[in-house]
This record gives sequence, C-alpha cells and structure tokens, in this order.
Amino acid sequence: MTVDAQALGDELLARVEAAADLKSLDDVRVEALGKKGRITAEMKTLGGLDPEARKAAGQALNAVKDRVADAIETRKSALELSEMNAKLESDRVDVSLPPRPESIGRLHPISQTLDEIIAIFGEMGFAVAEGPDIEDDYHNFTALNIPPEHPARQMHDTFYMADESGGANMAAVLRTHTSPVQVRTMENQKPPIRIIAPGRTYRSDSDMTHTPMFHQVEALVIDKKTHFGHLKGCLQDFCSAYFEVENIPLRFRPSYFPFTEPSAEVDIGCNRKDGGLTIGHQGDDGDGWLEILGSGMVNPKVLTMSGIDPEEYQGFAFGMGIERIAMLKYGIPDLRTFFDADMRWLKHYGFVPLEAASLVRGLTP
Amino acid sequence: MKFTLSWLKDHLETEATLSEITEALTSLGLEVEGVDDPAAKLKPFTIAYVREAKQHPNADRLRVCMVETGDGEVVQVVCGAPNARTGMKGVFAPSGAYVPGTDMTLKPGVIRGEESNGMLCSEREMGLSDDHDGIIDLPEDAPVGASFAEYAGLDDPVIEIAITPDRGDCLGVRGIARDLAAKGLGILKPIDLEPVEGTYDSPLKWARSDDIGDACPYVAGRHFRGVKNGPSPAWVQRRLTAIGLRPISALVDVTNYVTHDLGRPLHVFDAAKVKGDTLLMRRAKDGESILALDGKDYTLEAGMPIISDENGPEGIGGVMGGELSGCTDETTDVFLECAWFDAVAVAETGRKLGIDSDARYRFERGLDTAGLTWGTAVAAKLILEWCGGETSRVVEAGTKPDNTKTIALRPEKLKSFGGLAVPDKEATEILERLGFVTMHPYGMITVNTPSWRNDVEHEQCLIEEVLRVKGFDKIPAVSLERDGALPQPVLTLAQRRVAFAKKQLAQRGMLEAVTWSFMPKGEAVAFGGNAQTLALANPISADLDAMRPSILPNLLAAAQRNSGRGYPDVALFEVGPAYRGRGPKDQDTVATGIRCGKAVPRHWQEKTREPDTFDAKADVLAVLEVCGAPVDKLQVSTDDLPDWYHPGRSGTFRLGPILVARFGEIHPAVAKRYDLKGRVAGFEIFMEAIPQPKVKKGAGKGRPLLKNSAFQPLNRDFAFLVDGDVPAEKLVRAALGADKALVVNAEVFDVYTGEELGGKKSIALSVTLQPVDATLTDKEIDAVAEKIVGNVAKSTGGELRR
Repeated sequence: MTVDAQALGDELLARVEAAADLKSLDDVRVEALGKKGRITAEMKTLGGLDPEARKAAGQALNAVKDRVADAIETRKSALELSEMNAKLESDRVDVSLPPRPESIGRLHPISQTLDEIIAIFGEMGFAVAEGPDIEDDYHNFTALNIPPEHPARQMHDTFYMADESGGANMAAVLRTHTSPVQVRTMENQKPPIRIIAPGRTYRSDSDMTHTPMFHQVEALVIDKKTHFGHLKGCLQDFCSAYFEVENIPLRFRPSYFPFTEPSAEVDIGCNRKDGGLTIGHQGDDGDGWLEILGSGMVNPKVLTMSGIDPEEYQGFAFGMGIERIAMLKYGIPDLRTFFDADMRWLKHYGFVPLEAASLVRGLTP
Repeated sequence: MKFTLSWLKDHLETEATLSEITEALTSLGLEVEGVDDPAAKLKPFTIAYVREAKQHPNADRLRVCMVETGDGEVVQVVCGAPNARTGMKGVFAPSGAYVPGTDMTLKPGVIRGEESNGMLCSEREMGLSDDHDGIIDLPEDAPVGASFAEYAGLDDPVIEIAITPDRGDCLGVRGIARDLAAKGLGILKPIDLEPVEGTYDSPLKWARSDDIGDACPYVAGRHFRGVKNGPSPAWVQRRLTAIGLRPISALVDVTNYVTHDLGRPLHVFDAAKVKGDTLLMRRAKDGESILALDGKDYTLEAGMPIISDENGPEGIGGVMGGELSGCTDETTDVFLECAWFDAVAVAETGRKLGIDSDARYRFERGLDTAGLTWGTAVAAKLILEWCGGETSRVVEAGTKPDNTKTIALRPEKLKSFGGLAVPDKEATEILERLGFVTMHPYGMITVNTPSWRNDVEHEQCLIEEVLRVKGFDKIPAVSLERDGALPQPVLTLAQRRVAFAKKQLAQRGMLEAVTWSFMPKGEAVAFGGNAQTLALANPISADLDAMRPSILPNLLAAAQRNSGRGYPDVALFEVGPAYRGRGPKDQDTVATGIRCGKAVPRHWQEKTREPDTFDAKADVLAVLEVCGAPVDKLQVSTDDLPDWYHPGRSGTFRLGPILVARFGEIHPAVAKRYDLKGRVAGFEIFMEAIPQPKVKKGAGKGRPLLKNSAFQPLNRDFAFLVDGDVPAEKLVRAALGADKALVVNAEVFDVYTGEELGGKKSIALSVTLQPVDATLTDKEIDAVAEKIVGNVAKSTGGELRR
C-alpha cells in the first residue's frame, strides 16, 4: 500500500464530480478503475503485506473502489440526462397545431328524448312495445272506438295507401297515432299491462307547426286498480323528472277522445316572457299553460273489443308528441328542422353518444 | 263556438266575473280559446261635445275644435273631418290613447301652428268598420264624458270556446249555461218552450220518401202568413255580428239565432216559391243540382238526403238550404223546417260537397231530440214577434227519434275508477243540475239521460260528468307503484341493439339524421321498392308519394342539401324503418349510413382522401360487433348486389342464407342523380337479421375461463401469389384453418398487383402462432408453416412467393 486509501478516494471522487462530460468521466473511470488504474494498481500491492495488514488495507481499498464506482454511475446518469435534454431542446414541435383529425358524431334529439322517456317510464315498470307504421283501419280506428264516419276520423288527417287504381285503400293507413300499439298489445297480452309505445306517426298536415311525419309515445296501464288519480300521479312524476323541474304545475282539462273516458288534455305550466318560454311557474308572471298531451281512462268499449273484460280490468292511456317535448326541454324553435338532416343543426342540437339516459346517472349528457 | 257575456246571462243567473266564467269553462272541458273584450280596447274613448269648430287659420281642410270631454275640461283638437261642426257630439280619444284603426298612440302635437290634444274619431279609426267619411256623429242626448263602448253597447265581451265532438249540446248558448250552472256558477234560468197554437191549417205539408229511412226519421214544420220581413231587432244584429255572423233579415236571423242560442238548426222557405203543396224528404238522384244559399251550384250524388218540391231540390238535408226558395225582403208567407238528419249522412254529404255550415256542424255532433218539439214553437214566437203575421198549426212526418238511455252508476266507482270519492248526494246533485233524472235503487245512482246528451253511453260517462263538474284538479295525484323495490329491464335485445348501433355510428363521427318515411315514387322504385304496394293515395306532396324501401336515397338527398349549403363533407346515418310491403311484418329496421366528400379532411399531417368501400365496411363491422353478431362467421360476397351499388366495389355480409348487411360505394350514376361528386360510401345493416344469441338455460352472464399461455407468441410472414379474383379472406381462413390449436391470428398486411405478376396478385399475411404447452422448436414451426402453405394452396391455388 503506497498511499492512504481515504485520500485516494477523496481525490478520485472530486475528479468524478468535476467531470464535465461523459468523455472526461470515462477518462476518470479508466484512471481509477481501469486495468492500469490507480485503485487497481494499489490492489496489486496488497500481496506484499502481512495477512493482518492486507486484510485491513484490502477492505479499505474495496470500500474506496465501491464509492468511486457508485459515484461514476450517478455522475454518468446525470450527464446522460443533461446531454439528452440538450438534444431535446432543439427537437421542438408547434403544439398549437391541430391534432390528427378525429370527430365524434351526434345523436338526433329525438333519439335522446326517447332515451330519456324510456329511462323514466322504465323506472315505473313500463316495457317498450312496438307496432307497424302501416296499419290496418281496424287497429288505427275501429278498435279504438272510432267507427267509420265518426267525426273523430276527420280530426285525423289520415294518409291512405293507394289501391291498384291509385285511389285510396281505406283499409291500409299510415297510423295517425301510436294508439294501435295499445290494441295490438291488449290482443296479445293478458293484464296486468304496463307499456309505452314510441314510434313514427303520420298526418297529412304540413305548415309551421305540423309535419306529415312526427313521433309519439303512447302509454297504457291495465290492471285491476289503476284509476284516474294514478294517471295524474304518473304524468306528474314523468313531467317533473323529464323537465327536471320539481313539482312542475300540470293542468288536466276534460276533453274528448273516442278511446278514453274520462278524457283529459294535459297542460304544463310555463312562463312566456319577451318571446321566450320557460317550463314551470316561477315568479309573478307564471300563469301560462301549454298543451302537451292527451290522456284518459281506457274506454270500456276499447277493452271489450280487445278481449279484456272492463268489469274486471281498468286503466289509463296517454299519448304525447316526442318532438314537442324535445322542443320544450331543449329550446328547439322549429319542428320542421327535425327532419331536414342539416348537419349544422344536428351538430348544434344533437347529443354526444356517451351513455344511455338514466335517472340514476343523470338524464342528459 | 262564440257567444257574448250578455247572451250567456240570458240563460244564466250569475254574479260571477268574466274571469271566473272563463276559468270554469276550461275546467268543464269547454276550453276557452279566446276572450275578445271590445270595451277594454275602447276604454279611452268617451263621448264629447264640440263647443266650437272654427276654420284653421293655416289650412283650408282643417278645423280647430274646442272639445268638452265631460269633466269640465275643454281641450283643443285639430280635426280634418268634413262633418266636424260646432254643437255636435262625437267620440273623443285623449292624448296617450291607443287608436286601434291606425295602430298609433296619440301624442299632443302642433298641426300647422295650432295645438292639438287628442282626436275626434271615425268608425274606422276605432276599428269598428271601414267607414271613414267623417267622424262619428252622435245623437244630441248622448251623455258627454260617458264611455262610448258602454253607450254603443259595445261592452259585451265575446267568448270563444272549443267544443269537443261529443258535446253537441254545447253548440247552443243554453247548453254552456247549463254546464256552468252545474258547476255552481249560477242558476240556469227557466226558458219558455211551450207550444204556440196555430190559427189555421198549413197549406204546405211534409212527406218522407220510402227510401229516406233513418237519414231523416222525422220532420216538423209550420206555415206563417202576412209576415213583414226586414231587419231584425238591433240587439239581435249586435249579437250575431259579435259572433261573426252577418245579419241578413229578420226571418233568416231567426234561424241563425235559434241555432246559436239553443243549438237547433232551422230553415225557412219562402212559401210562395215552393211549387206544389208538399215538401218531400228524399234521397237525391245522381246528377241533380241545387243552387245553395251560399250562391254556389252543387251537383248532388245519389243517396244524399235532400228536401224537394215539384221544382226539384230545395235544400241539402242538414247542410244548407236552397237559394231559389229562400226568404227575401219581399217574403210574406213562410214555411219553417225543423228536421232530424242522421249525423253520418250529414257528415258524408257535407264532406263530399265541401260545405261547412253551422247546421252541418251541429247535426254531425248530435242534437237535442226534444228540439223537434220546441223548435217550431221557439221559432214561431220569434217570427211573430219580429215580423208579425200569424202561424199555422204544426205539420209533421215520420217518428221522432228517442235517444234517451237509463244508466246505473255505482257510487264507489267514483273513487275506484275516477280516483275521487264524491258523496252520493253531491254526485246526484251534479247529475241533476246537468239534466239527468236520478233514481236510487240498491245503493246505485240510476239516471235517465237528458234528450240533449247523446254522448252519455255508459257508467264511465257518468263518472266523467261528476268529475268534470267537480274539477279534475280535485282528484289527488297518486304515484304508480311498481312490483319490487328495483326496476326491471324493459327493453328487448332488438331494441337495445338499435341504441347500440346509433351510439356506435355516432362514436365513429357520423351525425344521426331522422328523415321522412316517404320519398318520391320514382326513387322508391329505383331502390328496389314496389310502386304498387308502397304508393300513397293522398301524399302531402308529389315528392313524398311513396313509403321508402330503403333509407339510402333519403340520406343521399340530405347529402345533396348539405352540399348545396356549402357543407359537402357528409357523414350521416339513420336507424329506422324501411318498407318491403304494407303488411305488419313488411317493415324492417335498417341502420343506414353514407359518407361523401372528404373522409379525411385536409390536415397538415395527414393525406386527405375520399371515403371508400372500406370505410363503409368498417362502419358495418363496428355496428355488428357491438350488436353481438358473430363477426368471425360473416361471409362476405359480391353476389346479388342491388344496382344502386358500384358493381365492383361493394359487397354483402351474410350468415348462411341470411342477408345481414350491404356495404360499398354507391353507383356513380346514382350519386350523380343526387349531384354528389366523388366517391360516396354507404351501407345498410338489417337489424332484425342479426341473430339472437343462443342462451343456454340456467347459464348466467359468466364468461368462459381465460386460459393465457405462459409462452411467447411468434409471428411469421408469408406472401402468396394468387389469381386476381381470389378473395383475400379465403387466404386468411386457410391460414387460420391450417392448425387451429397453434394459429391464433392471420392478417393481410400487404396486397400487390403489379403488371409483372401477369394478372395475379400477391397477398402478404402475418400469422401469429401461440404455443400452448412448450416453446416451439424450429422443426415444429417449419411444420406449421408447411401446413399453412399447403392449406392456402389447396383452397386458393396460391403459391408461396420465395
């Protein structure tokens, strides 16, 4: 042993710390730990010592060797990183540039609204039923207590399919409401029945507020105990949930539909101010009403025609326009725009396809 | 149905205010559509005295008037009316008043140097008439300062209500009063319906033809002589005008008044113009014609009920009278008709002839059968009162119909069906006030229906009556209970798949459209529809005259519209119905989409491109996958492609014989029809064709156990030379089938068709081998590779390129 191990270590560590780049660090490594390095050289001198001294000096030298090797590794990592950082400094992109094009589409407001309707009525135990758009005269009219020449048939501006000579085939109509699905359900299912039936409906009417095609959702409850109070409760619960307005004011006005008795039209409370419209009655000017649907207790004649005994079963039905309640909730001004497929409109009024509407998770994305 | 407040009060003794009445009407089901209160509009207009009217110093045509307005005040008004003069009484509007006729609010001003504060008004300025010859000139005794509206009897609010088709009884003011009285808004006044004795036998009589039957079961009438026709009393004219009718003459106004007062349509003939001594109720012969009271000629169809004399048709039953036998100012002898026409017959006749009349409107909705008795009496009283003369005894033909029924109401049903418990006594009183005669056997309320309530048919109708009068707002709302604490699934798999498809396509950047179920017939045929079965008889317009056999043309038309608006890069889809025929099972749910314009927009980093077949194919696969279709079993084919697809760049997906989807590029000729430039990719997925998964009984939602191999997978690439028409998928299947245990994936990563290949093509596959039990030796790998090459050769004739 020619030198003091401690002093040798300190000197070499200082050199490691001082190495400014990887090259000079490697030079220090060779000088210290290389085959001809100073620590290596000191190791070689150990053979000449007596066993006791050799052991002590060997241990001291090994400790220095480890310390220096560790320091070189640490220094090396640091130098490598700063060398990489120096390179990255010049590897720049303009992060304000747009990313690769990707786009997410939108669901039509009718789909969203229907989804919400199903979510709410689903919670109340209504299953979803469907029926054909091209109906027969029986299911659209007769079975709903609208016999031929009944004035109510004139209330519906009915589309008829053409017969062979191009005239009207009075037996094949485009359904004027979703009510025929009620009939088809009652024909095929024993009570208790609790369904909603959404779908396309048709009337030969076209102006600012009418389109020849629109969507309705029908509801039907038939069991042994459902009465008019339940109709009110069901619609109250639905409207509050759908419009997301607590205790929404509803007004039930006696009306007439051939398939229900008693019948009621239902108005929803609204405020009209400065041409705008908000749902619910708030403040002093909350006294407006807006009709949103027709409803009533199912007429016993309709039950009988569908094979259900009106002495045993009773219940209610209602139907409302899907576009109408979509317009009200989402502030869409013009019915006709629903069917134009204008992409600007679809992007603006459409909905991101994230998740199904749910009362638990939230109705609206 | 319109009426005035004072008219209502003829029948209803009430202290209720106008707003209480309108609120009650709506809650009774007689929905108020509007209230026009002329007094409110005319409030600022008062009667004034023109103390002095002198020539305007600076204008020939103007006068400067000093006007006394009543409260001792005198204001100066500059007036241009030629009849403005000293000492006259007129109608004054002060500064600040809104003048409806000119749609202006008056301001104090200076006219040619003279101050003017307010206005003396003409009828036109007040919105009363078109008369603008001068200012209103009132009689001398008009009270200065009083409200003009009140003075002129213009303070009678007009109420308009919507009457539902079942409530024919409310098409007369009395019926409305009865409903209000039942609700407790007052007392229904008594009415004099007692018969009027005739003094002679009518020279005209009624007859019914053999075939008229139920179309006109009964008609009554009576003759009047020595009457003097002329204007009806002023109060009658005011009421008729207020509800939008034109007063014509006393005789005609009688019929209009009774129609609106009591809901009883009547007709008056000029008896001198009736030929023969009999008026006959009969059915029209084909081609007969009549000049009706509206001045138009109508050609009648065989079977329409008419009233005729020896000259031919003199009236269209329940619809409109004839002009030739109508009353005029010269009429002295009158014959009155009070008939019953069948609602359906009247509706049909009116619709075919295109006549909407007050009579038709009432006959269609059902009348009071008792009106057949009192109709001739009420009319006689008015004619004698207004026109003098004398009346004959009543003549009649046929049998009066009876529509009264006896119905039982179980009082407990008011609660168990109507949701509102109403004490028996109260329910009984309500029904009595509505005119029902009640009896109380066995704890029930049994009623005889009144002659004017054709609509009341069964117990539920009585429940409705009681609830309606009580008010639907009194019925407590009760939430529906559901079975169990938690909701149950309500959608079928098919319904959920529609939602999956919509979400997936929107996730893929497409916008959901909802387009008409209709389209032009020509396009429907071009897209595989049957013109015969899909055509509409009464389309809303010529370009929406058939049901759609496919959604594609509607989306192409939508793309055309968007493109026309300057938005040519289109990605639209619709999931909705398409129609094969008109039966209930001929309707399919089809997820349809198109992409055109740029599939990848211009971007600094990406190459822009048009959409193509593989965009459409990817859309289809994405939908089928989320819908749970067995995607790996789909067979792609180019057979049986309909001609709206590009024949070489389109395909179908089938599962066995079932067509699941079509995809590809739209035929350029079709795209051109819609002015679409460049490639248009489209697809149609037949949602009902996606198979329902086989669910094993008792199997839950558990998945098969995942067995991951402990060994590294390895990839081997192969390039095969095959004939140009060999589908790549065949190679993939051959590779996969070579060793089902080891080959877990095979993908095409390159396709090359250079000229030097002589019509053949080179397809490169990357095959993944997944060892199961042990790492594969070179020998084993070579053996699998050998099998792959052999299998591909066998099924496609492909040779390995080395």
